[in-house]
Amino acid sequence: MIVAARIFFVGGVTSFRALFYWLTPWIYIPTMMIAPIFQILLFAYIGRSAHLRSDEFYLIGNALQYASIPCLFAMAQSVGGERYQETLGAILVSPAARIPLFFGRSLPVVLNGAFVAAFSLAVGSLILGVHLPASSLAPLALVVLVAAFSCTGLGLINAAVSLRIRENAVLSNVIFGFLLIFTGANVPLDALPGWMSTAAQGMPFTHAIAAARKLAAGSSLGDVGGLVGAEVLVGVVYGLVGYWLLRWFEALGRRHASLETT
Amino acid sequence: MSSLRFVFVSWGLQFKMIMRSPFDGIGNVIYPLFFATVAFFVFRAGHSPRTLVYASFGAAVMGMWSSVSTSAGSAMQRERWWGTLELLVAAPRHFALVLLPATLGLATVGIYNLAATLLWGRLLFGVHLSIAHPFLFALAVVGTILAFGGLGFLFAVSFVRWRAAWVLGNFFEYPVWLICGFLVPLALLPGWVHPVSWALAPTWGMNAIRESALGGSPLDDLGLCLGLGLGYVALGVLVTDRVLRAARLRGSLSLT
Repeated sequence: MIVAARIFFVGGVTSFRALFYWLTPWIYIPTMMIAPIFQILLFAYIGRSAHLRSDEFYLIGNALQYASIPCLFAMAQSVGGERYQETLGAILVSPAARIPLFFGRSLPVVLNGAFVAAFSLAVGSLILGVHLPASSLAPLALVVLVAAFSCTGLGLINAAVSLRIRENAVLSNVIFGFLLIFTGANVPLDALPGWMSTAAQGMPFTHAIAAARKLAAGSSLGDVGGLVGAEVLVGVVYGLVGYWLLRWFEALGRRHASLETT
Repeated sequence: MSSLRFVFVSWGLQFKMIMRSPFDGIGNVIYPLFFATVAFFVFRAGHSPRTLVYASFGAAVMGMWSSVSTSAGSAMQRERWWGTLELLVAAPRHFALVLLPATLGLATVGIYNLAATLLWGRLLFGVHLSIAHPFLFALAVVGTILAFGGLGFLFAVSFVRWRAAWVLGNFFEYPVWLICGFLVPLALLPGWVHPVSWALAPTWGMNAIRESALGGSPLDDLGLCLGLGLGYVALGVLVTDRVLRAARLRGSLSLT
């Protein structure tokens, strides 16, 4: 039990720190703290240019959706990075239980994704002059955390696929792009074709963004309970599928001796 | 003449390598299409007099910039990873002549981005484009590509002292999209941003492409775009000399 807890917490944190090019933290600032602000500003101004929705709409949509960058890339790199450093085989040959091994790597990613989204929301609201009611801040924090959890579930699938492909950065960018279009971050769901808004119901962020917008408009946490529950459910389903895929691809990798060569 | 031939041959070689790179040749081409799609949806759902044609050209030039910003920033870093940086620096040709074709090659991928985005808008969103001055439009595209290559070159040499140069290159993607008038008219931006926009060649390249397509007069914009592009190259050459001299003195070219 203690060993599993050590793998979960210490292994997870060590793996996460190594993502930043062996403990060089300065790249965190441009990628995680400045880029999301520019994404928010870009779409807020595009919204002004197109006369579509308010700054608040784009602020909330993009602040939450940007959590996909840390969640998707970090999870993919938790496998791809190990392969690049030639440590993937050593990890997968170890007798460590897989649940703490893989989910331990997810926990710092969830927390970091939530921090990035919350930071972007706070700074973006200051820059754009969007007022978020004080009563909404705690529920918003919860929604942000749930959104990061949900996307990290998708990130686990991304990590699993990284056991089979080399170009996980391209794949992460593609998933990010789909989330940008489908989740209602920038385009209202009723302005999307029917099949797209239906597909969006099964994607991370869709329900969290809707819930966050309602909270900012004055709804209570109870009013958006259904949306938050749906977002959690989406995250759990993706997480379970991701774990199953990780085990399956690990077995395939062993069988075909392809862990280092795919 | 020999330098021009060298740049041309190197450009061809770099372009072939870029087109076989999944990140530069596929990822950088697909990625801007997602942003273009969002722009098409937003402008279609909005109530602005700015049309999908406006969004179409803006999104297309966004894609052109995407193909340059991230990868040009790390052009020298790539050579370092491959172990070829020292060899290239030690070669008798000026290093700027070696590096410039790499960023020009990246910028050339922008032509594909431009065509793909315009086609994407036509096929999926029914955006009918008619180019008022085809010859001037072609000139504007080529001029913009050259200026983007020049700006990419400046990025490449300026970021050489950082291992994570791609981060800095990537960092400039959104700001240029935002302040160079691709999808947001400069008039909507705060006044203090305007001088920054004017100093960036993409602003004038965007104007030249729109003007030539919509029937205006693109020559002034194109001239400014090319002039700034040349300025970036000149500045880049100066930075190259300075950076390489410092790296030789300290033995820090490989950053190991």
